[in-house]
Amino acid sequence: MIDITLEPANDESVKVGRPFYEGEIDTTHGPILYLEDVSVSFDGFRALNKLSLYIDDGELRCLIGPNGAGKTTLMDVITGKTRPDTGAVFFGQTIDLLKMDEASIAEAGICRKFQKPSVFEQLSVFENLELALKANKKVWSTLLYRLNSEELDKIDHVLKTIGLSELNRQRAGALSHGQKQWLEIGMLLMQEPKVMLVDEPVAGMTHQEIDRTAELLSSLKGERSIVVVEHDMEFVRSIANKVTVLHEGSVLTEGTMDEVQNDPRVIQVYLGE
Amino acid sequence: MKSLLFSHDKTGAVVLALIAGVTLIVPLFNLIFPVDSPLHFSAYTVSLLGKYLTFALVGLSLDLVWGYCGILVLGQGAFFALGGYAMGMYLMRQIGTRGVYADPLLPDFMVFLNWKELPWYWFGFDHFWFAMLMVMLVPGLLAFVFGWLAFRSRVTGVYLSIITQALTYALMLAFFRNEMGFGGNNGLTDFKDILGFNIQSEAVRLTLLFLSGSILIAAFLFSRWLVNTKLGRVVTAIRDQESRVRFLGYRVEMFKLWLFVFSAMLAGIAGALYVPQVGIINPSEFSPLNSLEIVVWVAMGGRGSLYGAIIGAVLVNFSKTVLTGLMPEIWLFSLGAAFILVTVLLPDGIAGLLRKRREAEA
Repeated sequence: MIDITLEPANDESVKVGRPFYEGEIDTTHGPILYLEDVSVSFDGFRALNKLSLYIDDGELRCLIGPNGAGKTTLMDVITGKTRPDTGAVFFGQTIDLLKMDEASIAEAGICRKFQKPSVFEQLSVFENLELALKANKKVWSTLLYRLNSEELDKIDHVLKTIGLSELNRQRAGALSHGQKQWLEIGMLLMQEPKVMLVDEPVAGMTHQEIDRTAELLSSLKGERSIVVVEHDMEFVRSIANKVTVLHEGSVLTEGTMDEVQNDPRVIQVYLGE
Repeated sequence: MKSLLFSHDKTGAVVLALIAGVTLIVPLFNLIFPVDSPLHFSAYTVSLLGKYLTFALVGLSLDLVWGYCGILVLGQGAFFALGGYAMGMYLMRQIGTRGVYADPLLPDFMVFLNWKELPWYWFGFDHFWFAMLMVMLVPGLLAFVFGWLAFRSRVTGVYLSIITQALTYALMLAFFRNEMGFGGNNGLTDFKDILGFNIQSEAVRLTLLFLSGSILIAAFLFSRWLVNTKLGRVVTAIRDQESRVRFLGYRVEMFKLWLFVFSAMLAGIAGALYVPQVGIINPSEFSPLNSLEIVVWVAMGGRGSLYGAIIGAVLVNFSKTVLTGLMPEIWLFSLGAAFILVTVLLPDGIAGLLRKRREAEA
């Protein structure tokens, strides 16, 4: 058995299993996301190996690491796509993410952008944002849903933020690669998440696009926590306060970009002997 | 906000007008023109047209789940047949003492099997309202239970298709058994009247045609409204990227489940309209081949447009009527050939072709 030790908790506050929703996320001790001793194996391959990671409320954290270090698996675990073999994953101090499915985790306020842009190509830009909009997402409410003017304003606002106002009627499938990436970030914003997990936001982008994305993500931190997985070191340097390096499924080191880049273990992992 | 999905809806309006035309003109002409006039439709033509309309309705029901939500159901015929059986049970109980054995309560086949009393599941079917309720509830309930189990376990794609095929096959085998109490091999037939009117009379035939057309139009309009709501867009999103929809906080299985149940109910209504017009329902309606044919109609008509399913169902069945009349042995070959040709040359079916032409003109 794994001993689940949270921050110096008084035990009454740890109500495991009860679904907590909006506004009940307990971040009084700092971190909003707790991962402790998380291990995941696929057919004998250890994708995550006793990984422990804490994300503070409102911070922008970058995760880097060579291919196969477990970055995407980590996001899968947090969002409920993959169940870990062992370990604990908590949202705030009270919400046990391992007891929830993808939809309830999303509803609780953890949203994700995928590595490959996965917008709904048959729908328009506007409709993509409409589907992401934070709302009651049960079948009947969805059937009878009408956007009110406040929500239309919100969609307009996000369209402006991601620079796609002109293209709101365009089919999402016809967008450029970079625009799809932004649309997906926009879809995250529509969900008003507490935590945004952003997997490779600048892959395949031009320099100008990368700069704009960096600005966009930097402007978003504070109100919410953002975890970015990215290979582009320039980009990571431009946005991150704190960088976590993953290697073979565990945390190798954490620190500022400069600290991390000068760490001999990191150099060894990236460049070999 | 007009959805992109419906920027090509002119064709839908034309199809709608055609159905409305048939629904109104056939009964009207038969009232105006005498029986020997060339403008008077024969009883054969009237039931044939009525039959096509019920096929169009079941095609429409499949397009909702397959075309919009990507659930390829290879057992849609099961829901159609269950609706048909519910209607057949009502019609059987209307026969009363006019049966061969003249039993006031038991249908002939039960007397023949030496059954002494009516099985419990035949109770209530002497009431029209109860039978009509069952026409929707029985297929709906089966779809609910089946969908609940399958969608919650996240069975998708070809596995789900195969299970639905197995479902209809199992039902066929079950209904073939005399012990089931649904007339076994012979099914239910020799109907006499419906709501007190002679089922063979022209007035009833015309009414059934009119009802089939009206219900098809209503179902089409409702479905079009449905796919144009936010729910419709969620469902389309599920078709294209199921797991992504989950991460937006939607319970994908519930959306699939309710759409599947609705579709099964529509198919049940189609079956109930079909049975009085052809005068028989038997277990062969459950045959997997029937369900596959429905898929072919929708594929040829064009998935995800609603009117495509209607065009496909009518066109394929019209060809079937003509070809099986001329040279029955080539029908299945030509159906297969047409299916392959459409799949290769017109992946979006006839509706896709019409859409492209319209876009080219614009």
